[in-house]
Amino acid sequence: MPPSRSWRSYPQTYRLEAARCKGCGKAYYPPRLICPGCKGREFEHFRMKPSGTIVSHTVIRTPSSEFSGLAPFAVGIVEMDDGPRLTLQLADVGFEEIKTGLPVRLEFRRMYSEGESGVIHYGHKAVLVRK
Amino acid sequence: MRDVAVVGVGMQEWGELWGKSTRDIFVESALLAMDDAGVDQLGAMYVGSMSPGIFAAQEHLESVMADYLGQLPIPATRVESACASGGLAFRLAYVNVASGMHDVVLAGGIEKMTDVSGGEATHALSTAADMKWEGVSGVTFPGLYAMLAVAHMERYGTTREQLAMVSVKNHENGYSNSRAQFRMKITVDQVLDSVKVADPLNILDCSPITDGAAAAVLMPLEMAKKLGKPIIQVIGTGHATDTIALHDRADLTTLRAVTEAAKQAYAMAGKQPADIDLVEVHDCFTIAEIIVSESLGFFEPGKGGPAVEAGETARTGRIPINPSGGLKSKGHPVGATGVAQIVELVEQLRGQAGERQVKDARVGMAQNMGGSGGSSVVHILEVK
Repeated sequence: MPPSRSWRSYPQTYRLEAARCKGCGKAYYPPRLICPGCKGREFEHFRMKPSGTIVSHTVIRTPSSEFSGLAPFAVGIVEMDDGPRLTLQLADVGFEEIKTGLPVRLEFRRMYSEGESGVIHYGHKAVLVRK
Repeated sequence: MRDVAVVGVGMQEWGELWGKSTRDIFVESALLAMDDAGVDQLGAMYVGSMSPGIFAAQEHLESVMADYLGQLPIPATRVESACASGGLAFRLAYVNVASGMHDVVLAGGIEKMTDVSGGEATHALSTAADMKWEGVSGVTFPGLYAMLAVAHMERYGTTREQLAMVSVKNHENGYSNSRAQFRMKITVDQVLDSVKVADPLNILDCSPITDGAAAAVLMPLEMAKKLGKPIIQVIGTGHATDTIALHDRADLTTLRAVTEAAKQAYAMAGKQPADIDLVEVHDCFTIAEIIVSESLGFFEPGKGGPAVEAGETARTGRIPINPSGGLKSKGHPVGATGVAQIVELVEQLRGQAGERQVKDARVGMAQNMGGSGGSSVVHILEVK
């Protein structure tokens, strides 16, 4: 990935920064310049709470080359408690344990390494909140 | 706006065409369509193609094809809307003729996908998703449709077997299509036992990587009437978009771009789902055909799975879906797929579909879709 592409998304990737529309209150991740709902253009940026709920899920068994060392791995759509939805890897979980509606917590994890020198990319993965 | 007819269609055999170049594949099918229409000069042309830059290291495809089709210096336009590029090329050709801009316009589609490795092809296709905010998770296209499948199964009780039955039906249909990439009949058990790709989808739930092209020639209805052939009129067209990231959709059991595009096409044509005799839909994955069949209004939400099981979508069923074999059996050269759907409709409506012929076919629909449903194009054609 070009360094500029990952650099400019640091606030979202590492700090989970989202934007809440001052017009209608809907939150967006990543931040947008216009609200699709009310067409408002003023937003308040904030850090999302790292918690949410599984909305749908799958297990990737045939991955793209970038993630080939990791397969099989679970992926889910997670609805954050602050509103936005994200597509995330579901980590530290048996595939049969994954169910729609389960609460998850986002953790800062190693995502993948790239190139001969193995530049490591970090980001967030979701883990089940166990009672 | 002028009324518009499709007067020529062309499509060569699809598959792994290692001996043929991107331009040869396109020109062969385009010439078939022009011969079918009886024209050798076009007023304009549209070329649907998703990623020739990655697949064939060639952009600026419109000029390549206008040149090699012997049509210079006509205006030519490449159209890109991921896997809906072909359907959108057809729509723009329709708009061109309807507007009065040109009289004879070709809509073609091409993708040459097997010159690159499977990994590169997967990468090219993944650019139709939200590369940044979905791609970071490692989710693949089958993975996105798998999450639609999970949502649909959980809400409506759609079964794993019903997904498999879509694939079995489409292979049954494609068996009679001489241009299909995978002409073999398969069973539900074979689908269930095939290699896992993204749970619950297996490899036999997924459309393949294909080289192929398709083309259609359009002209004003009044001109078409003088050709002395069955008149196939474009009576409805619709086109809509949806969020690029699947996760940004409130409802994962329907496809809004499909519903919206269909609504436009039905309204323009003055038709309802019950008026449609056959439909070619974008079955890039088995779950896609089930959801699309509901979003197009052929079945109530949640009834698409049971309908497949009951044989309602078979070639001899109440509403035949994908008599061509669909993307699953016929192949899915992404830029060509939407135009190939039109080719099938025209052959069906002319009564020239041979063993695949749907009885009493007078009104046909084609539904083409990009990404995980970020775009969709719907057309309705009628024989006059």
